[in-house]
Amino acid sequence: MNTPAPGANVVYQDPLRQEQSRKKARRDALIGMVSLIGFVVVIVFLVTRSSGWSAVQNTFFNGDQFVESFPTLLEAFWLNVRIFLIAEPLILLIGLLVALARTLRNPIFLPLRVVATLYVDVFRGVPTILVIFLLGFGMPALQLQGVPSDAIFWGTAALVLSYGAYVAEVFRAGIGSVHPSQTMAARSLGLSSFQTKRYVVLPQAIRNVMPPLLNDFISLQKDTALVAVLGPIEVLRRAQIDTSSNFNYTPYVGAALIFIALTIPMTRFADWMQRRSAKKRQAGGVTA
Amino acid sequence: MTSDPYLRVDSVWKSFDEHPVLRGISLEVLPHTATVLIGASGSGKSTLLRCINGLETVDSGSITIDGDLDVTAFNTDLDAVRRRVGIVFQSYNLFPHMKVIENIILGPTKVLKKSKSEATSFGLELLTRFGLESKAVDYPDRLSGGQAQRVAIVRALAMKPDIMLFDEITSALDPMLVGEVLDAVRELRAGGLTIVMATHEMNFAREIADNVCFLKDGIVWEQGNPGVLFGSASRPETQAFLSRVV
Repeated sequence: MNTPAPGANVVYQDPLRQEQSRKKARRDALIGMVSLIGFVVVIVFLVTRSSGWSAVQNTFFNGDQFVESFPTLLEAFWLNVRIFLIAEPLILLIGLLVALARTLRNPIFLPLRVVATLYVDVFRGVPTILVIFLLGFGMPALQLQGVPSDAIFWGTAALVLSYGAYVAEVFRAGIGSVHPSQTMAARSLGLSSFQTKRYVVLPQAIRNVMPPLLNDFISLQKDTALVAVLGPIEVLRRAQIDTSSNFNYTPYVGAALIFIALTIPMTRFADWMQRRSAKKRQAGGVTA
Repeated sequence: MTSDPYLRVDSVWKSFDEHPVLRGISLEVLPHTATVLIGASGSGKSTLLRCINGLETVDSGSITIDGDLDVTAFNTDLDAVRRRVGIVFQSYNLFPHMKVIENIILGPTKVLKKSKSEATSFGLELLTRFGLESKAVDYPDRLSGGQAQRVAIVRALAMKPDIMLFDEITSALDPMLVGEVLDAVRELRAGGLTIVMATHEMNFAREIADNVCFLKDGIVWEQGNPGVLFGSASRPETQAFLSRVV
């Protein structure tokens, strides 16, 4: 017998049990695969045999149309990417500043607190597309000197204002998630209220809200398409033009695929972050 | 003893939501002595300690440190109080996103404006003194409860306080780990630091205290040196409490 002595500092598993559990895992994987393939076959069979399928295929999944429009869609998508890359850092900055302003307790900061609260209330309460209409058509109409009249500028500004309000609430929730005993410990060391936020509360708050922040990133990637209503030729607008010139909806499907190609990896990443932080909180719960 | 008290608590009242916790408590702590607060849960031990370093504001009365610094006055710079008064809590409250050494040097670098290298070398010196030098670059979630609590003590000591407050620092610990934390307090006591400690460890109180205060209903019900208080307490409530816990 080569079973280790009881209490030995090793990891020991019965080889027979290991073999059994490996077998079970293999069998479970096989059953899952077969079941999934069967399901897909049935669905494909039913869909392609239905009477309207050839019309659907021709209108939405037309290979020629796809090949023709996809490169122009990709090119137009570059504008969405640029809007996103410019908006996101500004959103994070505004969100963080607004969230911090709302936590200030000193009476001298009352105006800041009021403005921050109003901002969140207003921009969270108004549909994003309405903000885009208001700023995108309204601001250029003022014809003020020094105020840009560019649709992309105002579309991006509207996204920043709208998402800034959401992200501010995410940050505020994160700040609230840090236990008050952390603040007490920092203050008891003589750290000022500002130092306590800067070194103790915020780093933990930001770590706690990474998953919901990523979700808002994903949303924003999609909502860059809303800027289309102002006229700039980004991917949705491009698809719309291609669609109406050929009376075929394949470009819309192409645009959808482009968005999905970007958002699915982000979603998986957000899920992974969420699981990791849940695990971390479990492991470090007692000492923290 | 002829020296003036380092800490003077004078008729302090404090209530939470109409529920009185401290009811005119008075207490004097001489420099380089250990004062141990005992009493049932809710008798006001923790609240008193929190009032002493300004984490709670009092409703009435005064708390004076070193004869001249009034903690309870409206215009007092509480950060200045906290630089001189260290406190360690029951629940460690280490900062989980910082390594042990970063926890320790945060106060010295940000509050006392010491250089990082100076603060780090003093921090390592303290860690070594308490047998924790191998934990310096670990995160708090890698520490046992006893280690975490000793790191919390080191973090408070790194500010070079004149007085240390211990708020039931062994109550959250596995019984196996209580000893190592009490050893750390013993070491500080031997070094002559002024200590005020709330605890349920009666044997330890008897061992290190110069003065034991039995708190009940928000006042010091009875106090004296440990030999007298544990041996022949004069009031029946004190006797009843001690007979339950010793």
